[in-house]
Amino acid sequence: MAGILALGTYLPARRLARSAIGAALGQDAGAGERAVAAPDEDAVTLAVEAARHALRDVPAPAALYFATTSPPYADKTNATTVHAALDLDERCAAYDMGASVRSALGAFRSAWLSARGGEAVLAVAGEVRTGRPGSMDERDGGDAGAAALLGPGGPVLAEVLAHEARTAELLDRWRVPGETASSLWEERFGETAYVPLARAAFQAGLEAAGVTPQAVSRVAVAGLHRRAVRSVAKALGGVAVIDDGVAEIGNAGAAQPLLLLHRLVEGAAPGEVLVLLTLADGADCIVLRGGEALGSGYPRQPDAPALPLSYPAFLTWRGLLDREPPRRPDPPRPAAPPSHRNSRWKFGLVGSRCAACGTRHLPPERVCLECRSVDQMDAEPVADVAGTVATFTVDHLAHSIVPPVVVGVVDLDGGGRLQCELTDVDPDAVRVGDRVEMTFRRLYTTTDGVHDYFWKARPVRTASIERS
Amino acid sequence: MASHGIRDRVAIVGMGCTHFGERWDRSVDDLLIDAATAALGSAGASLDDVDAYWLGTMGSGVSGMTLSRPLKLGYKPVTRVENFCATGSEAFRNACYAVASGAYDTAMAIGVEKLKDSGFSGLVSNDPPDDGTSAQLTAPAMFSLLAPAYATRYEVDDATMADVLARIAWKNHANGARNPLAQFQREVSIEAIKASPRVSGQLGVLDCSGVSDGSAAALVVRAEDAHRYTDRPLFVKALSFVAGPGTGPTDPRYDYTTFPEVVRCAQDAYAQAGITDPRNELALAEVHDCFTPTELVLMEDLGFSQRGEAWRDVLEATFDLHGRLPVNPDGGLKSFGHPIGASGLRMLYECWLQLRGEAPEDRQLRTVGEGRTLGLTHNLGGQPGACVSFVSVVGTEPAA
Repeated sequence: MAGILALGTYLPARRLARSAIGAALGQDAGAGERAVAAPDEDAVTLAVEAARHALRDVPAPAALYFATTSPPYADKTNATTVHAALDLDERCAAYDMGASVRSALGAFRSAWLSARGGEAVLAVAGEVRTGRPGSMDERDGGDAGAAALLGPGGPVLAEVLAHEARTAELLDRWRVPGETASSLWEERFGETAYVPLARAAFQAGLEAAGVTPQAVSRVAVAGLHRRAVRSVAKALGGVAVIDDGVAEIGNAGAAQPLLLLHRLVEGAAPGEVLVLLTLADGADCIVLRGGEALGSGYPRQPDAPALPLSYPAFLTWRGLLDREPPRRPDPPRPAAPPSHRNSRWKFGLVGSRCAACGTRHLPPERVCLECRSVDQMDAEPVADVAGTVATFTVDHLAHSIVPPVVVGVVDLDGGGRLQCELTDVDPDAVRVGDRVEMTFRRLYTTTDGVHDYFWKARPVRTASIERS
Repeated sequence: MASHGIRDRVAIVGMGCTHFGERWDRSVDDLLIDAATAALGSAGASLDDVDAYWLGTMGSGVSGMTLSRPLKLGYKPVTRVENFCATGSEAFRNACYAVASGAYDTAMAIGVEKLKDSGFSGLVSNDPPDDGTSAQLTAPAMFSLLAPAYATRYEVDDATMADVLARIAWKNHANGARNPLAQFQREVSIEAIKASPRVSGQLGVLDCSGVSDGSAAALVVRAEDAHRYTDRPLFVKALSFVAGPGTGPTDPRYDYTTFPEVVRCAQDAYAQAGITDPRNELALAEVHDCFTPTELVLMEDLGFSQRGEAWRDVLEATFDLHGRLPVNPDGGLKSFGHPIGASGLRMLYECWLQLRGEAPEDRQLRTVGEGRTLGLTHNLGGQPGACVSFVSVVGTEPAA
């Protein structure tokens, strides 16, 4: 039966303590923390990191659907950047799914229907949650990426028994494209609207799956309407509702349903029935049954470091504090033709290896630096190759929204050297010999809105994960 | 196939050099006119005596018309060249070859750069469109990679390394304090150098060369014609240029303690000039001290110090104004800043003054008094592991 073949999540390294917001603004901002995307991260890069984890040991998908409410581009497809960063085949279709939280359910549902038809399809979401300083969205939002690969069968993490949707035109929240802050209708209205929709979807889902409420082991409830999420959890009566992680991570909007899917499956045993309810312009109910792949243990997700972040830094990162720029020219705009010609390098981090002498080249070269053979190169993907910092420097002069820039000379395991930025590091703590791994990031955005995507190195997160 | 050189076939008969600094009062045109006029004046020549021109500038103009228009040249050939930080030296090298080939009797090499008008800190490059994947390092960041690599390889502790780098800056500023053409004409204490605000890695502001405007020019003629212009010409002994394969930043074997390009370039130049012991044969060396660790590493790459010993030589005053081999007696890039197209010719100008006994009394070199007759100039451009290098040797003695 069609189901979830793999799941992946990604949390950015930084955490903003809500008490820091409260202290700065002189108001009660609650307790706990939220995950914060670094300035070199956006919905696309967060999604890429999550998808990389999901796709580590499974066949490549035939299609991918990308959902977010914070797309880096309009008109131009964002899913193609995810596709390129995963170095997927040209024949793999890639589509954006709208710009709402609900789009994540569209991605999941489409992937599931394709899986039933025999194809493996990736549903992936990335989200950077923004809001006005002091707002609930700022405080309770969280940035994350999450991905689920659905396929026609074989050893699955979970079978998808049903996906039932109830659709409603609701103005409980809205945001004009281009704005960073949403507006919210008075809370009670949304609560009143969502509870019956959720109940209806839940019942329909269980019916379609052929299970009773008593058979359900655990439920997760996603949705940006905090009050409605709480009420729905209570309205289900007696069913175990799992912690949604909002207290320590924040609510990741369009990425939240897939994040909660991961939380549901992570703790499950084969045969257990699991339900994900999502409240977004209606309600979606996904009913799962733990699959045989869970028997061998759920694949570990990488440890997420939690580096503290100050509130002024957070405001700067989100563009809400317009700081004095360095007296340096704006970085140049990456040009479209070379970016297209070199897309396997720029987006997929695919170098070359000399067939004559085996020397690895980053970026790919036509002439071997060792034996000078011409055009004897094979493609050499290195995105998943770890490396060691050979030397590094801290550049206080270079253009960056968060100076100083830390640049490392990274020698990759198995050969090849890359001079690139180090990210998610404390400049004072970097040492020669540090172990690093590659991560897909947005280096900068030009004044005319071109996002320059490329790879950086970060401290190894996945050291404890066995790699095939 | 070989590098034969053009030893003693070409002579410098006139030179000019503007004041380097924040020349808010001078345009590119003004600086070119000032340097060209001074060079011609020192040779007793006029524009009509010059058959061809080579203009070096990185970004202060394009095409030969950058020079022909302000000087109103009378339909003469002008070639604009660019070769990173060796741009001014490249103009000189090509002018020399033009005369040596017999194509022209006289040629002028002139370099100019106006950096201050951009309003930015540090150098600004204007690269062709690319895919946005190269690391956006500033020049000080690139060169800051040398210091920790050198210290680690030769087991120089942090405090000693800090002393060594500070002493290089201190020495060059002390020399620049004796130079009326320098951008910075005052001594700077070791303490001030060490305490300067960090720019990149271990490098503070005072480990970096300044940003300035300037121009310098040289008139070169066939050696046999030299004495028509001056009693004291400088003969070109060696010209060497190397463009490296640029593999350092992508090859794990490169260790950031040397510039292989400079090693090859110096070997070629010494072979052309017949030099076997540069430390004891040269009267002075003007080297590319863009950042303090660069000068340290260059002492070894140019063969002035044994491998791993330059730091000790620096501390022992070997390269001071009155050391065994004075390095950057005019104050170097450290005191002059680095108007890219002009720097190589500015270095040559110090050889012109020193070897001919025209340097101001307070920085005249004992090595010249002791009878040494050769001066060396050196530039490198790019970054450690991926650069171009230029070395020239000039001297007062004609062909034997």
